[in-house]
Amino acid sequence: MNKAITIDGKTLPFEDGQTIMDAALTAGVYIPRLCHNPELKPHGSCKLCVVNANGRNVTSCTMPASDGMVVTNNTPELNEDRKALVQMLFVEGNHICPACEASGNCQLQAAGYYLRMESPHFTHFYPPRRVDASHPDIFLDLNRCILCELCVRASRDIDKKNVFGISGRGIDSHLVVNSESGRLGDTNMAVTDKAAHICPTGAILIKRKGYTIPIGKRTFDQKTLSEFHLGQVKQPEPDGE
Amino acid sequence: MPPENFSNIEQQVASLCEAHDCEPHRLLQILIQVQEIYRFIPPEAITSIARHLNLPRVSVEGAAGFYSFLSLEPAGNYRVLFSDNVTDQMVGNQELMRQFCSKLWLEPGKVSEDRLVSAAFTSCTGMCDHGPAALVNGQPLTNLTSDRIDLIADLILGKSPVSNWPSALFEVNDNIRKTGMLLDKPFVSGNAIGAVLARGPDATLAEIKLSRLRGRGGAGYATAEKWTGCRNAPGSMRYIVCNADEGEPGTFKDRVLLNSYADLVFEGMTVGARLLGCAKGLLYLRGEYLFLLEKLEGILKRRREDGLLGHNIFGETGFDFDIEIHVGAGAYICGEESALIESLEGKRGRPRNRPPYPATHGYLDQPTVVNNVETFACAAIIAFRGGKWFGKIGTWQSSGSKILSISGDCARPGIYEYPFGTSVQEILDDCGVDEAYAVQVGGPSGVLISWKELDRRISFEDLPTAGAFTIFKRGRDILQAVRNYADFFAHESCGFCTPCRVGTQLQKKIVDKIANGHGTASDLEELKHLGHLMKTMSHCGLGHTAPNPVLDMLEKFPGAYEQKLRNLSFEPAFDLDAALETARRITGRDDPAAHLP
Repeated sequence: MNKAITIDGKTLPFEDGQTIMDAALTAGVYIPRLCHNPELKPHGSCKLCVVNANGRNVTSCTMPASDGMVVTNNTPELNEDRKALVQMLFVEGNHICPACEASGNCQLQAAGYYLRMESPHFTHFYPPRRVDASHPDIFLDLNRCILCELCVRASRDIDKKNVFGISGRGIDSHLVVNSESGRLGDTNMAVTDKAAHICPTGAILIKRKGYTIPIGKRTFDQKTLSEFHLGQVKQPEPDGE
Repeated sequence: MPPENFSNIEQQVASLCEAHDCEPHRLLQILIQVQEIYRFIPPEAITSIARHLNLPRVSVEGAAGFYSFLSLEPAGNYRVLFSDNVTDQMVGNQELMRQFCSKLWLEPGKVSEDRLVSAAFTSCTGMCDHGPAALVNGQPLTNLTSDRIDLIADLILGKSPVSNWPSALFEVNDNIRKTGMLLDKPFVSGNAIGAVLARGPDATLAEIKLSRLRGRGGAGYATAEKWTGCRNAPGSMRYIVCNADEGEPGTFKDRVLLNSYADLVFEGMTVGARLLGCAKGLLYLRGEYLFLLEKLEGILKRRREDGLLGHNIFGETGFDFDIEIHVGAGAYICGEESALIESLEGKRGRPRNRPPYPATHGYLDQPTVVNNVETFACAAIIAFRGGKWFGKIGTWQSSGSKILSISGDCARPGIYEYPFGTSVQEILDDCGVDEAYAVQVGGPSGVLISWKELDRRISFEDLPTAGAFTIFKRGRDILQAVRNYADFFAHESCGFCTPCRVGTQLQKKIVDKIANGHGTASDLEELKHLGHLMKTMSHCGLGHTAPNPVLDMLEKFPGAYEQKLRNLSFEPAFDLDAALETARRITGRDDPAAHLP
């Protein structure tokens, strides 16, 4: 009666309705990811979690597991492609790790380390992007936004506020906030909102907290992205704070 | 042109929303009307729409920001969008744009200071047999010439309403050059519906299965299988959707089908409705074909009056079905069926995660069938004439005929219907081509074939196509064509997934670099690498096919790029001299001293 899939030769049981990612997380098998957080509805946009299932590439955070599915995940080929995706995310935005408050707590940076990224490889886009300091407690820096929509989903589904959304198309896609002025300060966002603490990079920062934990003692100074993400199942607090 | 009235935005928007029953699914239709009134979407209107439809403001802004024909900034009383398909480029659209801009003191992409006019490029408008083409406030301008550009500029300077412009500027012909089983005989409305009612839905579905009909939108999914899946799915309501978002550059056969064979298409939808038990049909008309809307609404009205739509169709008690037309607003991705459904629901046209598939969870989460315009025309013919008759034409895996939209370097561009299995050479002979060098079959997402492959055949087993057939004669610069296609995909990527959003941009930049004479061997490797990433990691068909023209060129047309390459293994993408361009523009200088050696 028990249904199971195999990932890289290891057999993992799953229940109906679970995705490949769910089954892997339950069993402690790591599939790299950036836009997925087990607390929120899967999104499937970053594509880091693409695996090969029965010969076809699929997005593991949205693809339902099915009995007998044969999945390959931790292969040099897939990890090379994942590294290229992380490099793409680096060059399409403005990510200056040494000068970023989120350095050491940033999942994009940690993904770079995890996948052994040594350079951005692609040509930088240097896009002009907005920063918004209008909110008394929260700083919004779109230079670092990777369009994972975790804040969009958290604000909509957990905070029930719909503070964030996406506008534009293609490379011009960008985060927008729920006010006619376009300023975060004119929304009803609060520093206690889930959405304020779910950004995997430094696009949403809490003011006056940037350096309370010194560099060297931050999340990814202590553990790898894999250890952090696998730990998320048991203690679902994505932010170190 | 009605004077802009910004004082009563709230009132205007309120009555617009009420006319649409404040239904969130009508959001895109409401935004299109707001754009028509104000020539852009004012921020106050977004706030007001959000309140009336009870949607978060970000959702309204998100939808408004997604579609090319909606503008969040003032775009002028006259918004001119030049079609930028490769066929428009072949006949000089770039020069016409320059002429237009210089005559009106415009900068491409920007509105004039008096907010009178703006000009920009847009993706193929489906007028490849009438190029160079453009749109003015959504209406198609065809067969543009230098004289016509002068005339149009004068009309704009004279502030003449577009409805008063000479009709010759807007002339659109069918250009049907070769007919077959679909286009041959005039179709008598009601014949297919009558046949279905006589035979019964089960037997008709069996006929469709017997015909081996496959979807005409490109992917070629078996129609009977798709329809059966939807029919068997549980749901309170079923929907049948006609995909008339004909966005693939080089394709214009749906334009002609809807202009002259709309009854056949609507009849096919009605046949489907009877087979699936649908009460509602939706036709998604691409924004570029807005000029067909009034005519199509008139045909729907006539069909209602004739008892071919509405309640108790054809006198059959309980056979209720009607069709509603939704208009798009400039987004190629909405041709992808799940993105089309999102757009029908008034949202950003973003492809859904699948499974679940539309057959079980489609429009409003109900079982839905989405088919191409031509597929419905085929279904109507099959219902009337039977599956066996249909299946005798074409090949075993590709039964029936295919309507091709032929353009580019040929004497007689237009619509040609062929049995599946016809060779490229035969088609080239018919449309008057002396020396073909390359043919883009199925548009940029399809296959670029060379002069060595002209014996290949139009069919799902060899050269599948949604209908585009763009011809390049010897002497054409294939690199320029590929550059046009790379631009297209970069512009049309929805931006949802990383590999397509960033990959299409990187691909465009590298193709530009090669075309500008700065490419090196390592850039060719990079293009292959990007092609692999987009093909294997992307979310939907757009990303999977975006590298096709580039990869085809690398494989089949080495001459197109080799002489442009620098004889180096690497050259930086950063061009110091080009970086000074902004400074040159600001200072109005272009003398030798303003350039780096």
